[in-house]
Amino acid sequence: MEKVYYLDNAAATRLDEQVLEVMTPLYFDRYSVATSEFGYSLGVEAKEALDDARTRLAQALGANSQEFIFTSGSAESSNLALKGVAKALGAKKGKHLIVSKIEDFPVLYSARTLEKEGFSVDYLDVDGDGLVDLKKLQALIRPETILVSIQHGNQEIGTLQDINAIGKICHDQGVLFHTDATHTFMRVPLDVTAVAVDLITVSAHTLHGPKGIGGLYVKKGTALAKIMDGGFQEFDLRGGMDNIPGAVGFAKAAELVTADENIGLAVLRDKIITMVSDQIPDVILNGHPRQRTPQNANITFHYVEGESITLHLDMYGIAVSTGSACFSRSLEASHVIAAIGGDHERAHGSIRMTVGRFNTMEEVIFVVETLKKVVENLRKISPLGKE
Amino acid sequence: MASPYNDLVLEHFKNPRNTGRIEDPDGKATEGSPACGDMVSLYLKVDPETRVIDDIKFESYGCASNIATGSIITELAKGKTIDEAKNITWQEASEALGGLPKIKAHCSVLAVEVLRSAIQNYEEKHGLVTEKVVTTEEIVRKRLKKVMNPIKGLDMVATHLVKEIDINDGVVRIVLDLPETHQFANAIKEDAVEKIESLWDIDQVIVEFTD
Repeated sequence: MEKVYYLDNAAATRLDEQVLEVMTPLYFDRYSVATSEFGYSLGVEAKEALDDARTRLAQALGANSQEFIFTSGSAESSNLALKGVAKALGAKKGKHLIVSKIEDFPVLYSARTLEKEGFSVDYLDVDGDGLVDLKKLQALIRPETILVSIQHGNQEIGTLQDINAIGKICHDQGVLFHTDATHTFMRVPLDVTAVAVDLITVSAHTLHGPKGIGGLYVKKGTALAKIMDGGFQEFDLRGGMDNIPGAVGFAKAAELVTADENIGLAVLRDKIITMVSDQIPDVILNGHPRQRTPQNANITFHYVEGESITLHLDMYGIAVSTGSACFSRSLEASHVIAAIGGDHERAHGSIRMTVGRFNTMEEVIFVVETLKKVVENLRKISPLGKE
Repeated sequence: MASPYNDLVLEHFKNPRNTGRIEDPDGKATEGSPACGDMVSLYLKVDPETRVIDDIKFESYGCASNIATGSIITELAKGKTIDEAKNITWQEASEALGGLPKIKAHCSVLAVEVLRSAIQNYEEKHGLVTEKVVTTEEIVRKRLKKVMNPIKGLDMVATHLVKEIDINDGVVRIVLDLPETHQFANAIKEDAVEKIESLWDIDQVIVEFTD
C-alpha cells in the first residue's frame, strides 16, 4: 500500500496494537458471555473483564463504576441520553429540551425525532467562534425543560464549550445536562466531581480504540428510561449482548492517552494552522482560535470548492474532510459552518484536518505543502478572487 | 479503488482543458453564484464570418463534476458553429465523459448552461436575436431553474421554493416559500433577480417571502 497521510482522526482512528493485544484473548480464550458470580468459570472471568473495563473508564471521568454503561458507540449513547430522559420525564415534568445548533447528528436528529413525538426543542445559537450564548441558554430554560444537551467539543470546528458554566446554569434551575464528549474524552480534562453534568457520551473510535463500542456516563439517580429492550445488561438500561472485547479495548485505549500525547497533538494542530495562515492567502480559521480540541484544524480556502481540494489531495494519499455540500451524501453544506458564519461560501471551501497518535510533524508539513499547491492550482481556474 | 468518478472524468478534473479567461471576449456568461454553491464562467471568441467558435475558455468555482464538465464542454464546442454548439446537451457532455454520478448531475448542468448563456450573450451583442419572445411564467420558471437552493443542493424550482409567479406590465413578482430572515434568503433573492432582470421586456423584479 502507498503511503497514507491520514488527517481524518475525528471520523475514525487507526487501532493501536496494544489495544488489539488485550482484546484478542477475549475472542479466543475468554469468549463467553458475562455470567453472574454463580455461573461457570469462563463466564465469571468474562464478567470480571467487563467490570474491570467499566471501572477504569468510570474512573477516567471521576465517576463510580455503576455510573458507566457500555453502548455501541456515541450515536447510541446520545440517543439513549435524549430519548431516555424524554421517556422518563416527559409525562412527569415536561416536554421541552434545549440543544445547540452545532451538535453532531445523533443529538440533533434525536431532538428532531422527539419533536415529532410532541416534545418542543429550542436550538441554541452559537457565535462566530462556535460558542453558545450562556445568557440565551438561561433565558430558554422554563419549568417544563427536562434536558439541555450541549456538546463538549465540536466534531467539525473543534470549539470547546464552557461546560462548567453550562452545567451550573442547568443545575441551578433543576434541569438535567447531557454533554457529547466524543471528541474530547481523554483529550480535554473532564471530571464529574468538578463539573455539574448528568450524562456524558463517549466513544472508543476517536481514541485509537475499536469501532462499535462507546459509553454513557449516567450520574447516580438520573431519571433515564431504557430505549432498547433485551436482557438485563448494563444495569437494565441497555439490553443486548455485552461487547466484552470492545469494552476491554476501550478501557485500554483510554488508558493509552497521555497528557504529553495531547500536547503533541496540539503542536501538530498549531503547525497546520500557522503554516496555512503564513503561506496561503485568503483563508479563515473556523472555530475558536484558542478554545479548541487539540486535534482539530478547520480552515476555509476562499474561491475554491472543498470536494475538488479533497479529491486532489487523495491523489497524494492524503485523507481530510470538507464541509462542502458537494462532498456530503445529502448534498447539504455543513450545518456547523452555517451556524457560525451564515454563508454558504464558507462551508464550500472548508477543510477539516484532525490529527492522531500516528501522525508526525513530517506528515503534517507534507500535507500543508501539498494543500498549498492544490489550492493555488484550483484558484488559477476559479472565476473568483482575481480582481 | 472504487471512485464514484471514472478515469476519464478524473483525468479532465486533474488536467482541465481550456481554462482561464479570454480578454475582450465576443461572448461571455456566468452561471451559479458563490453564495449558492458552484459557479462557472465561460468566454468565447467567434469568427464573425463563419460563426465558428475559434476560442473558448472557462473558469470554475466548483466540484470535480463541475470542472470535468466545463473541460469537456469546451472541447466539444471548440470548432463548432454557434448554432451547433448551443444544441450540445448535458447527455452529450456526460456521455463524452463516460458517465457522471447521478447525484452530481446538477453540478455539471451548470457547465452546460453556461455555454448556452455565453452563446446567447454573443447573439444579443451581435444583433442575432431576431424574434423577441414575450416573457411568460414558463420562461421565468425555466430561468429560476438555474438558481440553486443551497439548503437542498438542488435548484429552487425542483425544491418547491417558488410559490407564485406573476407577470404584469413588465413587472415580475416572485413569491418564495421561505422566511425573509432565513440565512440564505438574500443570496437566493439576488440570484433570482439577476436571472430575470436581463429579459428584454422586464423592467422590475420583486421577490417576496412567506413568513
